[in-house]
Amino acid sequence: MDNYLDKLIFEKSREGRRAYAQAPDTGAEPDIPEAFLRSDRPRLPEVSELQVVRHFTRLSQKNFSIDTQFYPLGSCTMKYNPRVCNSIALLPGFAGRHPLGPVSHGQGFLSCMYELQEMLKEVTGMQGVSLTPMAGAQGELTGLAMIMAYHKARGDLERNEIIVPDAAHGTNPATATMLGCVAKEIPTGSDGDIDIEALKAEVSEKTAGIMLTNPSTLGVFERDIIEVDDIVRDAGGLLYYDGANLNAILGKVRPGDMGFDVIHMNLHKTFSTPHGGGGPGSGAVGVAERLLPFMPVPVVGRKEIDGGTVYDWLTEKDLPQTIGRLSGFMGNAGVLLRAYVYMRLVGRDGMRRIAGYATLNANYLQARLRDAGFELAFPNRRASHEFIVTLRHEAKEYQLTAMDIAKALLDYNFHAPTTYFPLLVPECLLIEPTETESKETLDNFVNAMADIVKRARDDGESFKEAPFNTPVRRLDDVRAARQLDVRYDPEGGADA
Amino acid sequence: MSELPGDLQYTSDHEWLRREDDGSVTVGITDHAQSALGDLVYVELPEVNQEVEAGGDMAVVESVKAASDVYAPIGGTVVAVNEALSDDPEAINNDPYGDGWIVKLEPGGDEGELLSPDAYQALLDDIDS
Repeated sequence: MDNYLDKLIFEKSREGRRAYAQAPDTGAEPDIPEAFLRSDRPRLPEVSELQVVRHFTRLSQKNFSIDTQFYPLGSCTMKYNPRVCNSIALLPGFAGRHPLGPVSHGQGFLSCMYELQEMLKEVTGMQGVSLTPMAGAQGELTGLAMIMAYHKARGDLERNEIIVPDAAHGTNPATATMLGCVAKEIPTGSDGDIDIEALKAEVSEKTAGIMLTNPSTLGVFERDIIEVDDIVRDAGGLLYYDGANLNAILGKVRPGDMGFDVIHMNLHKTFSTPHGGGGPGSGAVGVAERLLPFMPVPVVGRKEIDGGTVYDWLTEKDLPQTIGRLSGFMGNAGVLLRAYVYMRLVGRDGMRRIAGYATLNANYLQARLRDAGFELAFPNRRASHEFIVTLRHEAKEYQLTAMDIAKALLDYNFHAPTTYFPLLVPECLLIEPTETESKETLDNFVNAMADIVKRARDDGESFKEAPFNTPVRRLDDVRAARQLDVRYDPEGGADA
Repeated sequence: MSELPGDLQYTSDHEWLRREDDGSVTVGITDHAQSALGDLVYVELPEVNQEVEAGGDMAVVESVKAASDVYAPIGGTVVAVNEALSDDPEAINNDPYGDGWIVKLEPGGDEGELLSPDAYQALLDDIDS
């Protein structure tokens, strides 16, 4: 059925219709020279205010989101972000602050950023923090760039190999390649720990460093971390900690104490910003003492002047060996403020409770799913904040693949876990419940998972076409990848 | 799971290799590999005349699930690539040992560790258990 309400907002456009709440303030004509003014009208939809409200409200209703559904997307930490973090970050004094304004006008904001740096140092055990990376991927690039700057400053010019375990996030080898390094992959043992013998064989005088996340993407804590540390350090390499899974260890274990030289933290993930839509984010980096001179600028500094405290930007003048600037200003101020408010709200004890409940929820869910008949990828390991179920038997016996069960879960009103990652486990679901879910939600999720398998096994139901009840049914992934077309042509309408 | 062709050699990374009468070798990925990857959407082929070493990267296959390197089973020089895969990557899904071949190599240099059909079958059985 061709539903008028489901049309694009451009298709609802009628010339001359106005939404007065969105109309520009025409009181003062902007003082822009004629040459820079456009002569043709911009292609914007012309709709009434009510049409705008209905259109976007309906779109939001079609969304699966943390506000409406359980969202156990492994490796993504889709937890509830308290509303208050957002309201405080939007206070007029913060939201209206101009980034080019004099520092004397932004002492409140700068003091928050300074305290955020200090809290992140404390929680990670690092010696310095720079908030400037705009996203996790930029944080990774920054971290490795500092490692390479360190080797270069020592005249150690031959080191260009970065060791990456095969369970790592795909961004790790990509980051190494972006910096002109060679990513060297090492395998994982059957218990989920790094293959120590393979690591010993791979390190050499060319080793620049290793990139690790601990707990790993397999949802287990790397038990040989101290030995890994020794092997890489003895070879002259540095240790990089990917903070993707920081939620699991907050306030319990510190990467600095594990011997890491640099860490990036996804503040948008662990510290309260709704994410998953591609930004804005924050990939703040923490460094050990030997990397302090190379931190990206600006960093917020504090001085005592005439008995008063003054906050200021530290720049290239203060850090002459810095790897430089990553953006026009200092990161995404709104995301950093939310992280600051969140950390102040939960406090030191709250951090430990976050890690404790994230781990408890994951282990409870893992045990319940195991008892319901699901095969765990690492049955002998305690889960960290996430764990892996493999559906290889269900796929073989009942033609119920990981993708089928992920799609079927949508009809039970659950967002799917991460599918087919990490790649080394066949037909896998990576499940991360987070600390903010109730026991009832976890129980309902187990019931849904078990019910889907039961329907496939006992009733021979096929879920190849699932989901059945969502506004959009299963997408044709192959066609979407081969013939991606997301243009709207105003003359021809939406492409078929 | 279909029978493994008996006239091929295999690698533990799920490539197959066929020695042709003219001395060249044809390389592709196995039925198990294409099935694990799922529907392929993109294949990145090497340049003709490119030299490859045994176990080194040779091509990339990308499916809706994952991108995966294809390793050269033996060292040598690329003498032909299957251009048809650019428009028709699913040929690897439909006919992994035939139309889905990926490159032809002129052998030269190191021989990698190759498996007989029986040895590769044992590896697959091991993965399956």
